[in-house]
Amino acid sequence: MVLALPFASFLAIGLIRPLRRSGRPAAAISIVAMAGALVGASLMAWESIPVSRGLNPSVVWTWLPADGGPMASVGVWVDGMAMQMCVLVTLISLLVQIYSWSYLADEPPPSLGRYYAYQSLFAFSMLGLVLSPGFLQMFVFWELVGLCSYLLIGYWYDRPSAARAAVKAFWITKLGDLGFVAGIVMLWAATGTFDFFPLFSAAESGALHVDRLGTIMFLIYLGAVGKSAQFPLHIWLPDAMEGPTPVSALIHAATMVTAGVYMVARAYPLFALVPPLLTLIAWVGAFTALLAATMACVERDIKRVLAYSTVSQLGYMMAANGAGDPEAAFQHLLTHGVFKALLFLGAGIVIHHFHTNDVFRMGGLFVLRPWMGGAFLVATLALAGVWPLPGFFSKEAVLAAVLNARLTVPFLMLMATAFLTAFYMFRVVFLAFFGHRHGHHEHPRPPIAMDAVCRALAVLTLALGIRAALAPHHGDAPAWLPWISLAWAFAGIALAWAAYQAGIIDPARMATALAPIDFLARRRYFLDALFGAMYRLVLLGLSRVVGWVDRYVVDGVVNALSAGALHAGDRLRRLQSGRAQDYVYGVVLGVLLLLVWAQLR
Amino acid sequence: MALSAYLTLAALVFAIGLFGVLTRRNAVGILLGIELMLNAVNINLVAFARFRADLGGLIFTLFTIAITVAEVAVGLAIVIVIFRVRRTIEADHLDLLRG
Repeated sequence: MVLALPFASFLAIGLIRPLRRSGRPAAAISIVAMAGALVGASLMAWESIPVSRGLNPSVVWTWLPADGGPMASVGVWVDGMAMQMCVLVTLISLLVQIYSWSYLADEPPPSLGRYYAYQSLFAFSMLGLVLSPGFLQMFVFWELVGLCSYLLIGYWYDRPSAARAAVKAFWITKLGDLGFVAGIVMLWAATGTFDFFPLFSAAESGALHVDRLGTIMFLIYLGAVGKSAQFPLHIWLPDAMEGPTPVSALIHAATMVTAGVYMVARAYPLFALVPPLLTLIAWVGAFTALLAATMACVERDIKRVLAYSTVSQLGYMMAANGAGDPEAAFQHLLTHGVFKALLFLGAGIVIHHFHTNDVFRMGGLFVLRPWMGGAFLVATLALAGVWPLPGFFSKEAVLAAVLNARLTVPFLMLMATAFLTAFYMFRVVFLAFFGHRHGHHEHPRPPIAMDAVCRALAVLTLALGIRAALAPHHGDAPAWLPWISLAWAFAGIALAWAAYQAGIIDPARMATALAPIDFLARRRYFLDALFGAMYRLVLLGLSRVVGWVDRYVVDGVVNALSAGALHAGDRLRRLQSGRAQDYVYGVVLGVLLLLVWAQLR
Repeated sequence: MALSAYLTLAALVFAIGLFGVLTRRNAVGILLGIELMLNAVNINLVAFARFRADLGGLIFTLFTIAITVAEVAVGLAIVIVIFRVRRTIEADHLDLLRG
């Protein structure tokens, strides 16, 4: 039922044209369907709480019948992880849809209907991905969410930058998906099944013997690299901010980009069989986290800061996966989903307020909107990892996991990232919410719905944090770790305060002191340029070759054929003398030949 | 007389008719050649009817003659029309269908 409602609403809105063009009613249908799905997911979660993280496939139908049994199955696989993820997805989707109601109020009704159709399709696909019992179904929904992401980034398709960003996101993630599909097909060729259940039970009992499992899992991991924006395929995510802000909150922060993390956590029994790959995942994750954090420090666009911080946090999750603690990765995924959605929706209100994305042209919002500022501050503190907010606990779990896995360098990278995270987030807070006001704006009140959603998320963040604080601590981390990272977070906050609020340190001087990093980070480490060049080189080179082949080989063959036909026709024309007697000659000759042939046979 | 004698005669007449059709320049001559070929066939039919005591051949021959008459009438009419239009009945000049 959780799946069916968003899908039904997508079908209704997408296919019934007058409904789609009506806008508001379409939105209402979508929101109601999402609310229903949320209730369904919560009920299921409530019921399945006693069921521990066991392997219990719930409802499975066979699919793709073939000789020797079905090739794959579709269905719903409910376990603790899927349930929590479902609740997260439905909750954030619902809140974002309510928020969009106000945020996109100025859109013409047809566009609004389209928007809600995409939203419903996205919710359906994401839930399908989360609940899928096998790699094949996961891949199908994986591509569907990619499609929705493309459609929603390009929602304002008449803006060239949005259209470009959508195409870029699609291309870059497809690079990873190529690996993913190759990986699952190879895995299927080796084991004969796409389903998680037999694969995992075989992997856990040590009965899985697959040649080149390392290669296969690496290819599958590539899919996660693309989707979860890991280095070096992270470059699409900041550009994805061209979409409407609620979309950024939903897809590019809370849910879709975490699909890669979810997939790795889900398939962890298989990844666990390849320790070198896990180490690689941890390294790449930590490196991504650090790299993105440095870029976030110099970014002026508030949404891009958040995008880089998303990349950075995804790096954290992947590092936890690589360190052998998918539980920690998943916890961080959940908490991050909540507070990052809050951050984005808050940023949406801020942008709404100032009519600009540039943090340096904002300021003084806290006085005007203390509640909003409070909500944003809660999320920021959560992201920076300050006790007792949920980000603190999940980040501690990640750090402890990495430390326990004896990955010292990634651990240090992540610690540095924690410091930078606190710094850049408070840079935004000080610039946008405190600081002095720039110029005169008329200050429209943010619509009730947007405000209410933000407050709800802030309360949720606090509640999650308090729950985590009250929960018995089962960590095996060394006792000094929380204190150190807390100290780091406060150091970052203090630095941001000193630089952007109190003016003790001049940011420009800081930039010159760190000139090389500043230089590189401002230019995004030349990765965008590199990808652009590669894209041009490979794609244009390839298309030139294809163009040549098409022009000279394919066209050549066709032209040669037609020219040959013309010439042959010209020659044959001469045969037709038009004189009846010549034709009779032909007939007589033919009859004679037939007679001779009949005699000789 | 043996059947083969009739057949040889018919073959000769047919060959002469064919030769006429192929070589005559005059359209009327070509029609005459066609007549000869048809009559060679008639000889065959009559000969077989006689030697196999089968009336069918004779009946066929009657039909063939009737059709031949009709054909000559139509053929000559066409020739006359062609002559009126083109002022010639030389077969070599009638090459409207040349490609």
